[in-house]
Amino acid sequence: MTGGNGNQPSAAIEVRGLVKNYDQVQAVKGVEFEVATGEVFGFLDPNGAGKTTTINMLCTLVKPTAGSASVAGHDVVRERDDVRRNIGLVFQDPTLDGYLTAAQNLQLHAELYGVRSDLVNPRMEQVMSMVGLWDRKDSSVNTFSGGMRRRLEIARGLMHSPRVLFLDEPTIGLDPQTRRSIWTYIRELKEREEITIFMTTHYMDEAEWCDRIAIMDHGEIVALDAPETLKAGVGTDRVTIHTDDDDATIAALADQFGIEARKSEGAVSFGVPGGEEFVPRLFLNWDSANPPIKAVNVARPTLDDVFMSYTGSTIRDAEEDAGRARSRRMMQVMHGGGRR
Amino acid sequence: MSTATEHTTTAPAPAPEVVRVTVPKRSFGSELRAIRIVWRRELIRYRSDRLRMVTTLVQPFLFLFVLGSGLQRLASAGTHGVSLRTFIYPGILCIAVMFTAMFSAASIVWDREFGFLREMMVAPVRRSSIVIGKCLGGASVASIQGVIVICVAGLAGVPYAPLMILGIFVLQLLLAFSITAFGVMIAVRIKQMQSFMGVMQMIVTPMFFISGALFPPSGLPGWLAVLNRLDPLTYAVDPMRRLVFNHLSISPAARAALDPGVTWWGWRVPSLLEVGMVVALGLVMLGIAIWQFSRTE
Repeated sequence: MTGGNGNQPSAAIEVRGLVKNYDQVQAVKGVEFEVATGEVFGFLDPNGAGKTTTINMLCTLVKPTAGSASVAGHDVVRERDDVRRNIGLVFQDPTLDGYLTAAQNLQLHAELYGVRSDLVNPRMEQVMSMVGLWDRKDSSVNTFSGGMRRRLEIARGLMHSPRVLFLDEPTIGLDPQTRRSIWTYIRELKEREEITIFMTTHYMDEAEWCDRIAIMDHGEIVALDAPETLKAGVGTDRVTIHTDDDDATIAALADQFGIEARKSEGAVSFGVPGGEEFVPRLFLNWDSANPPIKAVNVARPTLDDVFMSYTGSTIRDAEEDAGRARSRRMMQVMHGGGRR
Repeated sequence: MSTATEHTTTAPAPAPEVVRVTVPKRSFGSELRAIRIVWRRELIRYRSDRLRMVTTLVQPFLFLFVLGSGLQRLASAGTHGVSLRTFIYPGILCIAVMFTAMFSAASIVWDREFGFLREMMVAPVRRSSIVIGKCLGGASVASIQGVIVICVAGLAGVPYAPLMILGIFVLQLLLAFSITAFGVMIAVRIKQMQSFMGVMQMIVTPMFFISGALFPPSGLPGWLAVLNRLDPLTYAVDPMRRLVFNHLSISPAARAALDPGVTWWGWRVPSLLEVGMVVALGLVMLGIAIWQFSRTE
């Protein structure tokens, strides 16, 4: 009943040496990865356009400069139509027709994808119930809030039972409650249907929901594994110290403990192995000439730390840096770019 | 804008069986289905946009009733007893259809601006199906507007002869299709609604004035005669006018003065050829629109 051809490959997505150049800038520099069938795969790239470019290539919207990729067993360049029949897409920007009702939007989608007529209504009820919009099916989309629209788009993306669902920042700009509910749908979906989910996000806490995540930095994948494994791989805990003088604190930490700390979000933070044992040692040896410590926080590694250990910046810094990062990327391109 | 209340998520009722659907390979049938739904969407949107029905008719009716009645006294010397309203009626019908068709074509720009175009672009259907559906949709909407104008024919002194009405209807349907194709051809290249409106103003008004909707296409100054023969709308207005005049009882002098026909270097172009040209031009523009639309990313 799954449709498509009989020789279903084990990998839902296979990417080999994928490159995309825009004029002078190399947005994607030869990435390689595989996504297994049934996986929820997160793609993170707070620095730049790499993730959108990658997702667009996988969705057959952008042609790769080099390399190859296959989705649901079909090559994204040579078998564009077959790829399109087997994927569902939820874009970052809304693509609903606000003048149509919710049901009309889904009906239109079903017609464009050639869904068998007698299955359109049952399927519509199913996907709309899943996102809690079935009772609003006859309302015009113009009356929907941002969160409802996003949920409707997810329902629409599922209308034709795609084998791979692409979600480009599905929770961006939504309130925490709606964000959580969207994740509930995604997990539920994974249990109910044979579907692979490929998504991008820049919320690190959300990436934890994924089975595996890939972190992209300057067009390259710098880390790819299960969130737990990545966190364990960091090996250090994150200690944050609040004082009145960050610079003096950083100097003191370097002097007395040989620790390289950095300013982060109004405090000083650094990574040490065994953070809880380090704190007593810190107070014992803290010179009275140093700025007095007002508060200490020890945290187990998060994906943010994973990101930091691979890219050298916090995800928030990275976003603020986006403009500068872009020019840095250009520099890298000019110097031949790195490979991995 | 959003008045709706957000539902808190409670776990949805457990669905007993997952309804699995399959997307078939692209076929002629699936393309037809795509064309039909794109066409239907235009009609649904037209139905929900009552204001558009009125606004696109305001200008044609102004020309027909205000200009037609107001200039009557000035024109009566040259119209040999035929009411000016009756004379310009076929032209007015053509421009009413033209305005609506151009507005319909604008929806492609609107779709691009509001993102909906992407939903259609990534679907496993041919780009040509989307363009054809759009053109058929625009043509249908424009013909519905045309029917409203046909309904007021009596007010312009045009008789409700069934054969003539049928002929006018078919003619305006063909014109509606060609003009929509023309509009779509322009619209696929334009990214912003405002620019499209500007371009439309720049094209539609001259086409209307030059077409001979308001004057007979003979005895014009040389430069205007050339422009008139190049204007595609001329070839829709002229046979439409002949059709109406065939059903009027007027003097031969009036007929000769008001319905001289379009001539190429003295050769009178037959009505059928004129209609054929409207259709052929429409198909050529449809082809260009499809070609351009397929190239856009």
